[in-house]
Amino acid sequence: MSALNYGPDAVILKGLTGENWRLKDYEQRDGYAALKKILKEGMKPEDVINEVKKSALRGRGGAGFPTGLKWSFMPRSFPGPKYLVCNSDEGEPGTFKDRDIIRYNPHILIEGMIIAGYAMGIGVGYNYIHGEIWADYERFEEALDEARKAGYLGKNILGTDFSFDLFAHHGYGAYICGEETALLESLEGKKGQPRFKPPFPASFGLYGKPTTINNTETFAAVPFIIREGGDAFLAQGKPNNGGTKIFSVSGHVNRPGNYEIKLGTPFAKLLELAGGMRGGKKLKGVIPGGSSMPVLTGEVMMATDMDYDSIAKAGSMLGSGAVIVMDEDTCMVRAAERLAYFYFEESCGQCTPCREGTGWLYRVIHRIEHGQGRPEDLDLLLNLADNIQGRTICALGDAAAMPVRAFVKTFRAEFEYHIEHKRCQVKTGGYSNAAEPLQMAAE
Amino acid sequence: MIKLEIDGKAVEVENGSTVMEAANKVGSFIPHFCYHKKLSIAANCRMCLVQVEKAPKPLPACATPATEGMKVQTASQYAKTAQQGVMEFLLINHPLDCPICDQGGECQLQDLAVGYGGSASRYQEEKRVVVNKNLGPLISTDMTRCIHCTRCVRFGQEIAGVMELGMAGRGEHSEILSFVGRTVDSELSGNVIDLCPVGALTSKPFRYSARTWELSRRKSVSPHDGLGSNLVVQVKVDKVMRVLPRENEAINECWLSDKDRFAYEGLNSAERLTKPMLKQDGKWTEVEWNVALDYVAHALANIRNEHGADAIGALASPHQTLEELHLLNKLVRGMGSNNIDTRLRQLDTRADGQVKGVRWLGMKVADLAALQSVLVVGSTLRKDHPLLANRFRQAAKRGQQVNVLHVADDDLLMNVANRLIVKPSQMADALAQVAKALAALKSQPLSKSVADATANIRVSDAAQAIAKSLADKEKVGIFVGNFAEHHPEFSTLYALAQEVARLAGGTLGFLGEAANSVGAAAVGAVPGSKGLCAQGMKSQPRKAYIVFGAEPDLDAADGEATLAALYTAETVIAFSAFKHAASRYADVLLPIAPFTETAGTFVNTEGTVQSFNGVVKPLGDARPGWKVLRVLGNLMKLDGFEFNSIEDVRADIAADLQGFVAGKLNNAIGEVTMNLAPATAGVERIAEVPLYAADPLVRRAPSLQKTADAKRAATAGLAPDVYDNLKLVDGQSVRIKAGAAEVNLPARRDPTLPAGTARVALALPETLALGAATTLTLEMLPVAVTIGHAAE
Ligand SMILES: Cc1cc2nc3c(=O)[nH]c(=O)nc-3n(C[C@H](O)[C@H](O)[C@H](O)COP(=O)(O)O)c2cc1C
Ligand code: SF4
Ligand code: FES
Repeated sequence: MSALNYGPDAVILKGLTGENWRLKDYEQRDGYAALKKILKEGMKPEDVINEVKKSALRGRGGAGFPTGLKWSFMPRSFPGPKYLVCNSDEGEPGTFKDRDIIRYNPHILIEGMIIAGYAMGIGVGYNYIHGEIWADYERFEEALDEARKAGYLGKNILGTDFSFDLFAHHGYGAYICGEETALLESLEGKKGQPRFKPPFPASFGLYGKPTTINNTETFAAVPFIIREGGDAFLAQGKPNNGGTKIFSVSGHVNRPGNYEIKLGTPFAKLLELAGGMRGGKKLKGVIPGGSSMPVLTGEVMMATDMDYDSIAKAGSMLGSGAVIVMDEDTCMVRAAERLAYFYFEESCGQCTPCREGTGWLYRVIHRIEHGQGRPEDLDLLLNLADNIQGRTICALGDAAAMPVRAFVKTFRAEFEYHIEHKRCQVKTGGYSNAAEPLQMAAE
Repeated sequence: MIKLEIDGKAVEVENGSTVMEAANKVGSFIPHFCYHKKLSIAANCRMCLVQVEKAPKPLPACATPATEGMKVQTASQYAKTAQQGVMEFLLINHPLDCPICDQGGECQLQDLAVGYGGSASRYQEEKRVVVNKNLGPLISTDMTRCIHCTRCVRFGQEIAGVMELGMAGRGEHSEILSFVGRTVDSELSGNVIDLCPVGALTSKPFRYSARTWELSRRKSVSPHDGLGSNLVVQVKVDKVMRVLPRENEAINECWLSDKDRFAYEGLNSAERLTKPMLKQDGKWTEVEWNVALDYVAHALANIRNEHGADAIGALASPHQTLEELHLLNKLVRGMGSNNIDTRLRQLDTRADGQVKGVRWLGMKVADLAALQSVLVVGSTLRKDHPLLANRFRQAAKRGQQVNVLHVADDDLLMNVANRLIVKPSQMADALAQVAKALAALKSQPLSKSVADATANIRVSDAAQAIAKSLADKEKVGIFVGNFAEHHPEFSTLYALAQEVARLAGGTLGFLGEAANSVGAAAVGAVPGSKGLCAQGMKSQPRKAYIVFGAEPDLDAADGEATLAALYTAETVIAFSAFKHAASRYADVLLPIAPFTETAGTFVNTEGTVQSFNGVVKPLGDARPGWKVLRVLGNLMKLDGFEFNSIEDVRADIAADLQGFVAGKLNNAIGEVTMNLAPATAGVERIAEVPLYAADPLVRRAPSLQKTADAKRAATAGLAPDVYDNLKLVDGQSVRIKAGAAEVNLPARRDPTLPAGTARVALALPETLALGAATTLTLEMLPVAVTIGHAAE
């Protein structure tokens, strides 16, 4: 089997062929060396956390929170169980990187989690895997078995008195279960609904016990950090933006797929890795960090580097690293409609601004797209976005508001055209202006 | 303590308080829907968003912990914008048709929309419609109005102890519903009507009958169980339209049981007696009060003259007021008789002479929470005392060990530490086991009578575990329930409970049967050493009976035999708010006012004296019982009946009523002969009083009679062995025999019962023929009968 091409700078996804996911293969790629180093050298838990802090690793799940800092929040001397949870729910439209890690390099995640468990004095971990990738869930279970048999998992790991066990759990395909506290509820067997914070999971998490939750890719970065040192990881990227990052590139490019690049790499370089624009079309817009993040124009993107700080400066966020590329034929109203529909459909429904507001956003954009827009609709949309964002229990409300605001602001002329002419500006995009019945979310 | 600032006002609150609590303390009103002081925090409505200095976004006051030095603005422009934004979202899918909504005028959404809503809606899209649900006979639904605050869901989970409502679905499709096809059957269900801030859940019996602004709100006290819940009775043109809780943290908190809330329907029953009536030549005729009372005075005088005063007996309901029972007692004793009783269901009164005072809860209701271990003996706890059960439920969550000794393993919807479930005949033995085990654990001697009686009994594991729970804890309570009070060996149970409480160093209490059981005993409406008790008046029939507020066929332990005694009497004078079986055995019917139509007083199980005024005029010619008795006393030329007002009557009882009652409360009992395990044959009967059959008023409340509880009452619950031996199929009827009597009831398999028992209730016309029978013979009946389901 030919090698999977994740780009020349790949670290987490380096050397993968699609077949070499087993323990023996991973060990050949220096797998479990980091764990052995910790246990053999008797590296202290605090030192592990310090190394992660030094690496400037930031959470890959979307919020970009510094991982070392998060780990240091875990109460050291808590009596009773503490939990480690990996968020492999990966429901953000455009994001498909965690799936590749689980599918092609599951042991790197397992090793990362074991190290995290060691660093925070946690004995049990769970990996919550997206419900619609069943085969990958089963592979992960197989990898767990291998690790247990080899003595990497379970009681007295590698003959030391450190014990850690890890279990896989699969969800049922609700986007909201990727939100960390909804994930915990779901893991407890309840309806996946976010909890209000505070209290945060670090003090009241799974079953009410201190819990640390990180994204799959976050854990997967840890073995390198320990093996090569935090500084080496940092050097892969740039200050405050350590390491490589996997970007899931989708949309109108020639080679959509995952590319692991150094943080700080120019977007143009990433686009090139992905084979450039499909059909040589002009780049119109890019959502650089998953569907929840504000869209940027092609020009802005071509001048931006792919790291947390640069993308923030450009007016969006790196998020989960899903890069959605849209060419000149894309109808931005239709794109916004599709995204608004997603959040409308996925709102858990417990808090008012999100439950009521996401439907309102969607319906208004739907009208505009179907030739029934009104001039006042655009300001209404912006105001609704303001009334949702920052007023909800969890960040799904923000995730619904931010793209709508950005689409309307960035491509306002296109929305106005729709309203005025009751049809699309873009020749190939959009619905006809014959009003279709309002598409309601299925139960 | 934490110091912070709300709207510029400095305030100090306990650690762990929220911004909402701090704001309440300084009197800053923060709009809210999902927040409720008795429920867990959900923070889902987002109405309470406020501005907090240095916070990047508005924060929900209900869920944000108060922190030192925090500066909060609850009504700044910033906060208001957030609150108005949420209000707009709440309204977009809400039907804005308040004029046809039953909640109109008492709707939190409507009220807050005035302050925070826009005058016109920006929402031009289609609105959501949600299908209504059938939640049973008490709660009406208009689910399109729901704002998803989940108060009703949390009430079920946290207070009622059972999650009968949940929020299913996601996003805009989220809806509140019960488990597929089920109704809401909790005995506390009506509280969700109060909790629902909008018109989604409203009262089915009250629906569309009045507007809140048409109703006067008058204070009253519930006449049903021993708790004496405080009520607001809502009245429209002299008719009681609805009953709501009046908050009293010490008694009912902000809750009401369904019985307290919905039994008012009985007040407007077609069976109300509105005219004095005399039976002449076998025919009833309506007469004026003076005619009726003249007749009564003469009839009683004649009996006394011919047969002596002892030929007169009075059976009174413990749901009647203190003033009435005081005057009735005075009348009876004034005539020279001592035969008066209010404990109509108490079979065993042989220890009356040993009793040192009036039995009561032994402590304040609010202090139950502080107990660390309790033993509840013989109580259908949830049904007989829905809100006391809730006190235990909340305490159990905080670590109180609730131990149960009973005849059925009822689901109390709380954490029960240990249960000892035995046949009725084994109750005394079981309680004796606890005493014996406890004495051993505490290395204390048993009192002589208990030691003698328990010498040969074996302590079961469950009894040992209960004893250990009681022995391990410092603050302990032993509570005797209604079932134990009705038990044929109540005296033994009483003495043993006292022994257990003594050994445990705990408090002995009685949960208390009726609204005025304590008051009735305090004013002496019990026979004392010289008179006959209710059982005595049954087995030694009197020539004349005064039946006061009671329906002895349903309110006495042995209704059938009591009826027989009443039939043989020369004269029976029935004081009643309702027409009832007395029309067959009485010769006078005197319409007296129910609790809403008279001033009165109830003394609840914790000994609190609660006086109230009538809230409406008496119906027809009905009159307050105390006035009728006053006139009757005067007509009979008895001393001490000169009263001008209810206050005079109260003063006649004691200048300081509360002090008077307090002085009588005493649960101590002297030596009692123990009778541990009487021999029995056949299937043992578990004879409970169904909650909606317990008093004349609730028996006439139509909606409560449609509940699942009421429907289940008239069925026979058979222990699995009994059921299986009869080879019954679901819904099939059984013939139930006791001696010569027999009745047929639909049977159901009841896995909560100990082997060899059957639940066959008291207080029902269907079971009247069985009297107080304790053992039964069961036979299969060929015909299958379907048991109705809870749905209307
Ligand atoms: C609506 C919503 C969906 C989310 N979905 C995911 C997800 O699928 N995967 C994920 O790792 N994080 C997701 N997150 C972020 C998590 O809540 C959490 O921040 C993250 O798992 C923390 O891991 P990190 O610190 O390693 O990024 C989501 C957040 C929200 C608000
Ligand atoms: S923001 Fe949306 S998804 Fe998050 S808790 Fe509120 S309703 Fe649920
Ligand atoms: S009252 Fe605070 S969120 Fe509902």
